[in-house]
Amino acid sequence: MRGQEGQRKAWEADIARRPPAPAGTPSGIPLEPLYGPESAAGRDPSGIGYPGQYPYTRGIHPSMYRGRLWTFRQYAGFGTAEDTNARYRFLLEQGQTGLSVALDLPTQMGYDSDDPVVEEEVGRVGVAIDTLADMEVIFRGLPLDKVSTSFTINGTAAILLAMYLALCERQSVPREKIAGTIQNDILKEYVSRGTWIYPAGPSIRLIVDTIEHCALHAPNFNAISIAGAHFRDAGATAVQEMAYTLADAVAYVQACVDRGLAVDAIARQISFFFYTHMDFFEEVAKYRAGRRLWAKIMRERFGARDPRSWMFRFGCVCGGSTLTVQQPRNNAVRVAYEAMASVLGGVQSMFTTAYDEAFALPTEESAELALRTQQILAYETGVPSVADPLGGSWFVEALTDRMEEEIAALMQRVERMGGMVAAVEQGQIQREIAQEAYRQQQRVESGEKVVVGVNRFTREEEPALALYEPDPGILDRQRERLAGVKAHRDPARVTATLRYLEETAKGTANLMPGLIECVGAYCTVGEINGVLLKVFGRFQEPVKI
Amino acid sequence: MLIAKPGLDGHDRGAKVVAYALRDAGFEVLYTGLHQTVEQVAATALQEAVDIAALSILSGAHLSLTRKLIDRLTALGIRKDLLVLVGGTIPPPDVPRLRELGVDGVFPTGTSLADIVAWFRAARGGGAECGSSPTR
Repeated sequence: MRGQEGQRKAWEADIARRPPAPAGTPSGIPLEPLYGPESAAGRDPSGIGYPGQYPYTRGIHPSMYRGRLWTFRQYAGFGTAEDTNARYRFLLEQGQTGLSVALDLPTQMGYDSDDPVVEEEVGRVGVAIDTLADMEVIFRGLPLDKVSTSFTINGTAAILLAMYLALCERQSVPREKIAGTIQNDILKEYVSRGTWIYPAGPSIRLIVDTIEHCALHAPNFNAISIAGAHFRDAGATAVQEMAYTLADAVAYVQACVDRGLAVDAIARQISFFFYTHMDFFEEVAKYRAGRRLWAKIMRERFGARDPRSWMFRFGCVCGGSTLTVQQPRNNAVRVAYEAMASVLGGVQSMFTTAYDEAFALPTEESAELALRTQQILAYETGVPSVADPLGGSWFVEALTDRMEEEIAALMQRVERMGGMVAAVEQGQIQREIAQEAYRQQQRVESGEKVVVGVNRFTREEEPALALYEPDPGILDRQRERLAGVKAHRDPARVTATLRYLEETAKGTANLMPGLIECVGAYCTVGEINGVLLKVFGRFQEPVKI
Repeated sequence: MLIAKPGLDGHDRGAKVVAYALRDAGFEVLYTGLHQTVEQVAATALQEAVDIAALSILSGAHLSLTRKLIDRLTALGIRKDLLVLVGGTIPPPDVPRLRELGVDGVFPTGTSLADIVAWFRAARGGGAECGSSPTR
């Protein structure tokens, strides 16, 4: 022991002679130049524990990736249903293991493709879905009992869920084999992604309806994926991202409890989704801390008894606002580091973005490289062989503890604002994130934060990239299909199911059965949204900057 | 000046960051909030008598939305009274296409705040440069 003590004193003397520049994480947590046994003093080792055990700091499965790799889930979807079906077949052939549906903005906002207001947006950032007929084409020939499907859908999530469940029923997929996720997280849409439609009250009712319905009829489908990713891409720090996401989660679980649902009956419907950014260890610590906090919240605050209810299951995306338009091929390297941080953080499913996504949707070539990035990580680096390989690192454990404290403190601040719903309705969270985005941009422009190719190691001439070019014929093809569906459906059934939906919406019963009737009658997303808008009204954005 | 989010795209980080930077540089900045139709943007520009209308678009719909806005401003008879700018995810080949539509400045993702503020200062000074694009 004396030897070690002597070594530490000598090291301290060296450091005192030539002190290094101060350093900190992007969330503002100061970093020591070195962490050692003294940083573990006073820590209860049971707070770290074992993988697969409360509080899950080290992961939710006992053997983590040696038992089963994370899901490779690339976000894709564009143009018409046929185009998207072809891309999914390609991705599955290339070894992708889960589907992730990108939808166009009209579908996300409740407009049909033949609405003149949205003609420039049809099939642009994702695939257009107007009716169940589009869903039938997107998944034609794909084994829905074997792949899990994730939909990035929020404002119209309940409608899209109804379509997917109707499709699974028609294909006779057993209920326990229906696997996937709808994002369905409206609070973060109010803050940062913007595809909100109805006010918070009815929106949260719809969310609870979907959670309740899935708990009964599709127990392995995640009815909500509470997403910090969009806070992060809007400018939030890692601490803000995790704190606001867990605060959202508390609001949704509370809404379920208020409905009278048992917390253990709905907890497995809940999953999470984040962005992994560039600060490697802060990202690893963010996930470890979030996992521990969620376990404590579910067990201690909500009284969940089933260990599966305590598990923080999450997906992530790598890239986003860390991608640069300057020297775009550098982005492939950024994404690879972020992917490794995610795996060391214990992720369940991952989307690695393509290097050209700061310009446009990916090309087939860049999308393939993004998937290969995950495959190299999974099969060549050896990282998946041991559960939580960074566990017990003096630095990582100290940073995990500190992140947990910071996240919990920020969550308490949100509680003092009246909870997440009130804070969002007042525009408070929006403002805090926008101001952080502004500070980050200032740090980049002052050179305080180095971004390779942007403010250091720049060059004048950028090589040209071959970019994805949208197909100009999408709008006409999509409108043609919609006209065909409208001509062949039973108008009496359309009217009747929409009327029933409206009556249900005015009451308090679960809306999912009515929605499934509507989509089965080939009502359009726009028609269904029109009925709900009439009853619910529209969210008023607090526009303050 | 007016910073507007036309169309359905909900990504407002860039719009807000640019608004803060211009406000700190002493400009009076109005921000529309999300989901504005082109008609709403043009009506606000007319009502507030702004000198500059800046569109932030990250959905890929920039060509069509910009064309519609310019047509609308022309119909209202105020196209010549203000400068029209476009920022966001603009692929390089679309920059000249936007210029052909009559856009006065294009600020693709990656443009620095310093460049944007400098451009606005030049425009306020009424300099001849105000028709030039700062980057690419």
